[in-house]
Amino acid sequence: MGKRTPLFELHRQLGARIVDFGGWDMPVQYTSQIDEHHAVRRTAGLFDVSHMCVVDLKGEHTRAFLARLLANDVNKLKQPGKALYSCMLKESGGVIDDLIVYFLTETFFRAVVNAGTRDKDLEWIREQAKDFEVKVTERTDLGMIAVQGPQAREKVAQLLTAEGAKSALALQPFFGAEIDGWFIARTGYTGEDGFEIMLPARDTPRVWKDLNAKGVVSCGLGARDTLRLEAGMNLYGNDMDEDTHPLESGLSWTVAFEPATRKFIGRESLEAIKAKGSPRKLVGLLLEDRGVLRSHQKVVVGGIGEGEVTSGTFSPTLERSIAFARVPAGAGGQVQVDIRGKLLNARVVKPPFVRNGKSMIQESNT
Amino acid sequence: MSNVPTDLKYTKSHEWVRNLADGIVEIGITDHAQHALGDLVFVDVPEAGRKVTAGEACAVVESVKAASDVYSPVAGEVTAGNPDLATTPEAINEDPFGKGWLMRLRPASSAALASLMSAADYEALLKEEGA
Repeated sequence: MGKRTPLFELHRQLGARIVDFGGWDMPVQYTSQIDEHHAVRRTAGLFDVSHMCVVDLKGEHTRAFLARLLANDVNKLKQPGKALYSCMLKESGGVIDDLIVYFLTETFFRAVVNAGTRDKDLEWIREQAKDFEVKVTERTDLGMIAVQGPQAREKVAQLLTAEGAKSALALQPFFGAEIDGWFIARTGYTGEDGFEIMLPARDTPRVWKDLNAKGVVSCGLGARDTLRLEAGMNLYGNDMDEDTHPLESGLSWTVAFEPATRKFIGRESLEAIKAKGSPRKLVGLLLEDRGVLRSHQKVVVGGIGEGEVTSGTFSPTLERSIAFARVPAGAGGQVQVDIRGKLLNARVVKPPFVRNGKSMIQESNT
Repeated sequence: MSNVPTDLKYTKSHEWVRNLADGIVEIGITDHAQHALGDLVFVDVPEAGRKVTAGEACAVVESVKAASDVYSPVAGEVTAGNPDLATTPEAINEDPFGKGWLMRLRPASSAALASLMSAADYEALLKEEGA
């Protein structure tokens, strides 16, 4: 038996199929993965993300600590409530995890890290925090749900007080705030508008049922994966890990080399890689033949070399297969993917594949 | 509960076999199998004329989540793959014992069918597997 979130019993009652996910018993789907996916693109869907780890960081030197810990620059966070996406790197530049950090006050930041990396992340964060006298507290008392889709914010607002609803609907993208006793953030992992809500664990089943009653569809981790891949968002462990660095993982945009005075962990290694040019890069692939791209399939780049699919799936929105692949830096245009011994044609495209319900794929002129 | 028609034969790997006229058999995956796989999005069926052995992987069904091989329950020669599944793989989810058939073949030996599981045996297997 794996670890269970406060919503586990409710998932079972709702008929979810439960699978192991990083040591957690999680719902992979309730009815149909494709229907759940479309609910998020067209109306609103609801995910249990309570397995993710909320870490509160407190102390006078928290900002300085995060400026050292994270590859993205926490000093970009000037307004309270603002969130930042970043990788946490080893000295080698390898990715320990990706996370979101919220700036709440000068002495209080909140990070959300992945479930599967929870233990090593906490160990690493605590080790690095020592020099900065930052207090690290894991918030196991909180549950977390994600409500995503074009109708998501309005559905959540219906559960709040009049004043709370006003505050929640006024949140700008990538901002969070304490509202009616919940921490509500306008963030997500689907490419749709919506909220991620941290709330007392014991309240999560009631809130889930209330949202279901308002027509918000229960969605499993299966739909979460197809949605995030369509949205061009990386999955830790698939698309990057401790043996790969952000510059070959489509995450250069999250590494803040400026100002040069900020000495974050991993900086020296990344500067050396950047100076020579990374030999590999992460790209989006669109399969032109029939079939389904899956992680670890070989990618053949004519005349240049080989790469590998890191995440692949069938895109319910595009009704064709899409993937991320790590390929030689010179790759572009047409490539081939080895699927069960057959070389099938795929096209290199720039993620995201889908954003706010719409295809972002330009049909090729060839 | 999975649907298990009594007029079909079954395998441990969740294929079904229907005896058609003229010594031809029709093969598909069971209701239990389609349910376990989830929404099917791609199907690769064998071409007519291909010779297969019993237990040989001869078709592929892919759901959003994963790809699975389908094994021929008996040895023989394929007479047809279901041409409609290329555009409507969801037919397997909707009608696994009907429109969702995968292939038809002429068994090398008419005795081969006798070794397959009855509906009652297959139901017992599902119970054992906790389905």
